[in-house]
Amino acid sequence: MTTHNKRIPTQHIVGFIVSITLTLVAAWAALQSDLSVRWIIIGIMALAIIQAGIQLFMFMHVVEPESQGGHVPWNMMFHGGVLATILVAGSLFTMSFGFTHDHDGDGHNQQQQQEEHNENEGSTENSSH
Amino acid sequence: MSSHELKTGPLEYRTEEGRLSILGFWIFLGAEIVLFATLFATYAVLFGRTADAPSPGELFEAKTVLIMTFMLLTSSFTCGIAIHEMRRGSVKGLRNWMIVTLILGLGFLGFEIYEFVHYSHEGATLQSSAYWSSFFTLAGTHGLHVTLGIGWVILLLIQLTQRGLTPKTSRKFFVIGLYWHFLDVVWIFIFTSVYLIGMVV
Repeated sequence: MTTHNKRIPTQHIVGFIVSITLTLVAAWAALQSDLSVRWIIIGIMALAIIQAGIQLFMFMHVVEPESQGGHVPWNMMFHGGVLATILVAGSLFTMSFGFTHDHDGDGHNQQQQQEEHNENEGSTENSSH
Repeated sequence: MSSHELKTGPLEYRTEEGRLSILGFWIFLGAEIVLFATLFATYAVLFGRTADAPSPGELFEAKTVLIMTFMLLTSSFTCGIAIHEMRRGSVKGLRNWMIVTLILGLGFLGFEIYEFVHYSHEGATLQSSAYWSSFFTLAGTHGLHVTLGIGWVILLLIQLTQRGLTPKTSRKFFVIGLYWHFLDVVWIFIFTSVYLIGMVV
């Protein structure tokens, strides 16, 4: 038990500070910055993936020798991630790619927005990592 | 199971049953990833199809969403501290930090309910349009998971006062910890791909 007798949970505190910071950066990028919509979406999705990694490694004990290396089924987690990617990217590709949902035929800017959204939405898969 | 019992290491890993339960819970989380992936895919496909209902950009409030995000992030942190205290053998620390986690979770739920009621007053309900159906299904499924998690923690806290820290109760707390962190991961993606992108586009 020696490794767990530490009074101060440094790893958790670091993870918490980083996740709060990343949230603030994402909010700033989306709401205050002058970046283009495309770069905002790419940037904040990347930040979300990093945050998910922090939860997994700093809080969820995915790497832990005490479990004798057997408590996380890596193949299952990888499988879950692959399925999530196929579901999200595949749905967007088949249902929305290059398609406008404007029924009157005069909303050009809407189409553009939709395309920009589509291109980046695929990265939602990462809830697994 | 006790034939494999270890004498050292965290209590939840000492029995084979404990290790297998934790492994099984990770497999459950893998299935949960796929569940949420279907909802995210539906949301992404239906994005923009608001029909006559208000658009997300008109309704989403950055302040409310940020408060909710910070509450959930903090609750994930306090839940991690609770498990840390559990591993130090402190029942009191585990209980107190879990209660803080509960309060933050309830606060998050309160804000989410307020938010949904507010949207429905503005004319965006589950029936309003394809977009709002997918939004309420995605955010609502997450909210339902949080609600279940809160009930689960309350039951475990009762069990803790009755039985104290045993390999079984520690394993149960470790598993609820994983569940709670997982909900935080899902929320990060809802926050980013639903709220932030909804306010940007």
